[in-house]
Amino acid sequence: MDFNDTPEEAKFRAELRRWLIDNLPDDWTTRPPGGYRWDEHEARTWSKKLYDAGYVGLTWPKEYGGGGAPHTLQGIFLEETGRIAAPSHIGGIGLGMAGPTIIAWGSEDQKKRYLAPLLSGEQVWCQGFSEPGSGSDMGAAKTRAVLDGDEWVVNGQKVWSSWAHIADWCILVVRTDPDAEKHRGLSFLLVDMHSPGVEVRPLRQITGDPEFNEVFFTDVRVPRESMLGQPGEGWNVAMTTLLHERGTLGFALTAGLEQALTRLVQFAKLPGPDGSRPADDPVVRDQIAQLYIDLQGLRFTNYRSLTALQKTGVPGPEGSMAKLHWSEANQRLTSLAQSLNGLAAQLDGEGGVWDGFWVYQQLRSRGNTIEAGTSEILRNIIAERVVGLPKSR
Amino acid sequence: MDFAFSEDQELLRAAAKQFLADRYPIDKVVAIADSQTGNDPATWEQIVDLGWLEPDLGLLDLAVIAEESAYALLPAPWFSTVGLAWPVLDDDLRQAISAGDRSATLAWAESGGPATIAAAANQSATHAAGDTLTGTKVTVPDLGNVTDVVVIASDGLYVVDLTTNPDVVVSRSTIDRTRRLGELHLSATPARRLDAGLDALAEVRRRALALLACEATGVSQRALDLAAAYTKERQQFGRIIGTYQGVSHRVANTFVATQLNRSLAYWAAWAVSANDAEAELAVAAAKSQAGDGSVFACEQAIQAHGGIGFTWEHPLHRFYKRAQWISGFEGNGRAHRATIAESLLGPAA
Repeated sequence: MDFNDTPEEAKFRAELRRWLIDNLPDDWTTRPPGGYRWDEHEARTWSKKLYDAGYVGLTWPKEYGGGGAPHTLQGIFLEETGRIAAPSHIGGIGLGMAGPTIIAWGSEDQKKRYLAPLLSGEQVWCQGFSEPGSGSDMGAAKTRAVLDGDEWVVNGQKVWSSWAHIADWCILVVRTDPDAEKHRGLSFLLVDMHSPGVEVRPLRQITGDPEFNEVFFTDVRVPRESMLGQPGEGWNVAMTTLLHERGTLGFALTAGLEQALTRLVQFAKLPGPDGSRPADDPVVRDQIAQLYIDLQGLRFTNYRSLTALQKTGVPGPEGSMAKLHWSEANQRLTSLAQSLNGLAAQLDGEGGVWDGFWVYQQLRSRGNTIEAGTSEILRNIIAERVVGLPKSR
Repeated sequence: MDFAFSEDQELLRAAAKQFLADRYPIDKVVAIADSQTGNDPATWEQIVDLGWLEPDLGLLDLAVIAEESAYALLPAPWFSTVGLAWPVLDDDLRQAISAGDRSATLAWAESGGPATIAAAANQSATHAAGDTLTGTKVTVPDLGNVTDVVVIASDGLYVVDLTTNPDVVVSRSTIDRTRRLGELHLSATPARRLDAGLDALAEVRRRALALLACEATGVSQRALDLAAAYTKERQQFGRIIGTYQGVSHRVANTFVATQLNRSLAYWAAWAVSANDAEAELAVAAAKSQAGDGSVFACEQAIQAHGGIGFTWEHPLHRFYKRAQWISGFEGNGRAHRATIAESLLGPAA
């Protein structure tokens, strides 16, 4: 057991730190936290920079443009970029979900065609899993695909699709066999978002932002070969996607929580609405210390999971709780911050606290226990697949 | 970065698991716990044979033993000897302990005086005169089951031989019957001054906290295993109760608490063993999580068991009481969170 970096890890970390300072805007670390978001052009430029420097797809196979590096380096990358609050690569869905699924299920042609432009940020991916009538219950998806000659004809509606408004490609779960038992009738398509019949409508959330989208498919024609796995294998393919969504997420979540806690600590030391410092309130002190414990618990649970992954190729069972624990900790953190502001917690723009930074963070955090598996589904997964209780349904 | 125990440590764990499962099933533990002394001298000989008192064991080796022995709730003064007294003992006593001839504990708390090791290091009213000590110590772990007690006095550390001074020990009824607490009434009692001084107590405290965090991991894991086993079998309304989410989600929460506990406990054990810069914070975080988390895990398990979990007959309460023991040692979670807050936020105005 040794939590210090190996010489290779230390070198990678030092170079990355240097690179981030050199490539982020000069005033990056001194900017106020609220009121600044990159537009699409800036995000694409940044993604390309990351790619050119070799920081994208670190653990992916070299033959498809990846770095072939051990998972620990990816962990360090997420830690360091999180600490300095560097923007993410624009292709989050591609890197975390579409890419790993294509690596696991794709043909050689598909890997060659899709992976490199995904890494460079040239092509952005989105995800079409949830539907208005099937959220957690993905097996009930209704979006249909019918074979017509050499093409699938897709009709239906997806929802909660982030990045769909700028996406070039979509990983889409469709029903190809309406007569089969529900999970067995699904297939997994790779759909060109520029095809005729694809319509993207932004979906406004409680934050007021349209971060997600509804996507409508009307007689969208998809080449027959643009499928991962065989017709009817869609459920299994999608499980690979979700495994990656939940499996590689821990470090990014920890980094985000660490950044939020750093800001909360900074914030608590400032005078509040009545002039007193929250940092002098024993209850606030206790709650902040508990958040520190939550953060470190998450961090070292990730390390254990990563060590298991390195040694056995499979992440340990402890990894399944990362998203569950993170989402609830993040909600506690942001609600604590908002609770320090009195009625000023209502102001979400100019004149608001840190230009409405905590307002946005707190409202956004309510989605954390819903997106990418609700806390209820995650507890079912832990109870059934990790602890081994009988299935609840 | 390598967050795994060594191969030797994994062998040590496997051997401990095997020994405890074979020799100390819960029925036997309960029989010992409910005996007059709460201790079976034969256990100590077995511990010697297993090598758990070897002088060359590192803190990470001890961490493994602490976790496994708490999972079985092994009644023996092993933690008191190795986790509390050992770092300040002289070579003669250490050799006698390794040979299985002696065992030891630490006495720090005083009624109306210091309650923690940290406080006792500079607030002890127990005082020395010549080769004797006078004062009263309370809540001394395993006092009735060891041969020697290290006493924190106002000017240093002393050891009192209990085999030649048996009258200084007053037993008290303790809810955790596998690690009882006693009172030490010293009145010009012969004592020997140790070379180690009061400044050695900071390290004693850290090691003890890290090891107890590992114990809490074992306790939480046992509570989880008991809850899982029961909710997989028990039926109500014609269904296995583990299929009800109201029940299964409690079990899932227990799993989460156990994993957090384990991650932080191992971090603390490593940080103390490596004298890492974050050791103090690691220990505070681990102890807060360990105490609160293991109590929580046992409470969830009791609830998941329904009425049977509330009976004396069922072993769950034994683990619950150990969790409370751990939670109360050296300040509860709140006290350790205050340490963390001090580090993050500076002193409060």
